[in-house]
Amino acid sequence: MARGTLPSLAARGAPLSSPAAQLARLRAVPIDREFPEALTRAGRWPLRPSRLEILQINVGKVCNQTCRHCHVDAGPDRTESMSRETMEQCLRALAGTEIATVDLTGGAPELNPHFRWLVEELRGLGLHVMDRCNLTVLQTAPHRDLVDFFARHRVEVVASLPHVRALGTDRQRGEGVYEASIAALKRLNAVGYGDGRSGLRLVLVTNPVGAFLPGNQASLEAEWKRELFRVHGIRFDALYTLANLPISRFLEWLETSGNLESYLQHLVQAFNPATVPGLMCRNTLSVGWDGRLYDCDFNQMLELGVDSPVGHIARFDLAALEQREVRVARHCFGCTAGAGSSCGGAVT
Amino acid sequence: MDPRLHYFHCDDLQRFPEIGENRGDLAKKFFDWYGAVFADGALSAREKSLIALAVAHAVQCPYCIEAYSTDALRQGADLDQMTEAVHVAAAIRGGSSLMHGVQMRNHAERLGM
Repeated sequence: MARGTLPSLAARGAPLSSPAAQLARLRAVPIDREFPEALTRAGRWPLRPSRLEILQINVGKVCNQTCRHCHVDAGPDRTESMSRETMEQCLRALAGTEIATVDLTGGAPELNPHFRWLVEELRGLGLHVMDRCNLTVLQTAPHRDLVDFFARHRVEVVASLPHVRALGTDRQRGEGVYEASIAALKRLNAVGYGDGRSGLRLVLVTNPVGAFLPGNQASLEAEWKRELFRVHGIRFDALYTLANLPISRFLEWLETSGNLESYLQHLVQAFNPATVPGLMCRNTLSVGWDGRLYDCDFNQMLELGVDSPVGHIARFDLAALEQREVRVARHCFGCTAGAGSSCGGAVT
Repeated sequence: MDPRLHYFHCDDLQRFPEIGENRGDLAKKFFDWYGAVFADGALSAREKSLIALAVAHAVQCPYCIEAYSTDALRQGADLDQMTEAVHVAAAIRGGSSLMHGVQMRNHAERLGM
């Protein structure tokens, strides 16, 4: 289990715990062009949603870890957690649409007291459920049986593991995280996850451990599959490579390590127009722990609500939401750099 | 001191493509070949990046060291693996020097009584 965890920005009262301060800090960096200009040059402005395929529900900021790069500023000291009432509003919204997939995230979503009930209700609606799991939570005493729960409800497990080896994983996520993560992966494998036959899909997600973009997703996936099986006998279905967006705790680390300007400038230089059609803000809608709606989980953390009268899941109106423009700011360069980055990994 | 009076400037790494402003045909051949060399093949992109990092240290090129330190991290290597790669370069360089000691001995034996 993670030892020596740090307090969140919020608990420390750090200036960058404020979304406005984060946006202002990003605006102070000299860059060649703004995101709308980059999209305009690519013939992609304004940015509009495509068909809504995924509802991503962030059920809270409570987490058993305090990862150094966390864009949610999650941790054990956070208290924000989605209520059962808000979850019921999500279920009502979903029942009236053709949205087929629900992506549960946090924090550690499993730490929401209504998590299992929500999963059962979503599966009862016949929806595909993805759980963004930090793996170590599966090794904690009250949650060890989640492995069987996931298998029983055929939940897709999308598990964070920043590096195939311990050094980088523990540096980003806390001492002991790698060991606990490997133990959890072995237990997931034991019930059929990642075997390619059971239909129990196990995806690993890697974020770079530092101020650089991820490498080629297909190349890394092949290496990880070979290495995790060779060293630990672990199998998984796919690897998603995600870029770190310069917000929240990763922004704080960029600033204190002296990497902020060069990282943001690199993201701008690496803008790839081909990533735009596949951006997650186009086919995914993000719900905050309090029910407010956002274009993505990053906009949620920056408190950039959807540009629509439909600002809350209780007033969900798909037709109205499809008319909106996606709200953008400088952090969006993180999703369009290189091969692109979304909740489903690289987009090109 | 005028910063341009130094031989190495880290910003110059970004200017590498400028080499193609003259005889662009030759630069194109080089960059096309270079790209193909580092693609996944019988060796993975990560393995090639670690080889490049080791060679960068052997030829003591600061541009290459910076470029392939970043690239090795991107390709999924960690600091243990990168350090081992540098030790490989150092071992070959050291071993090569020591191996040439045999040449020294041969020469000394020829000249000596």
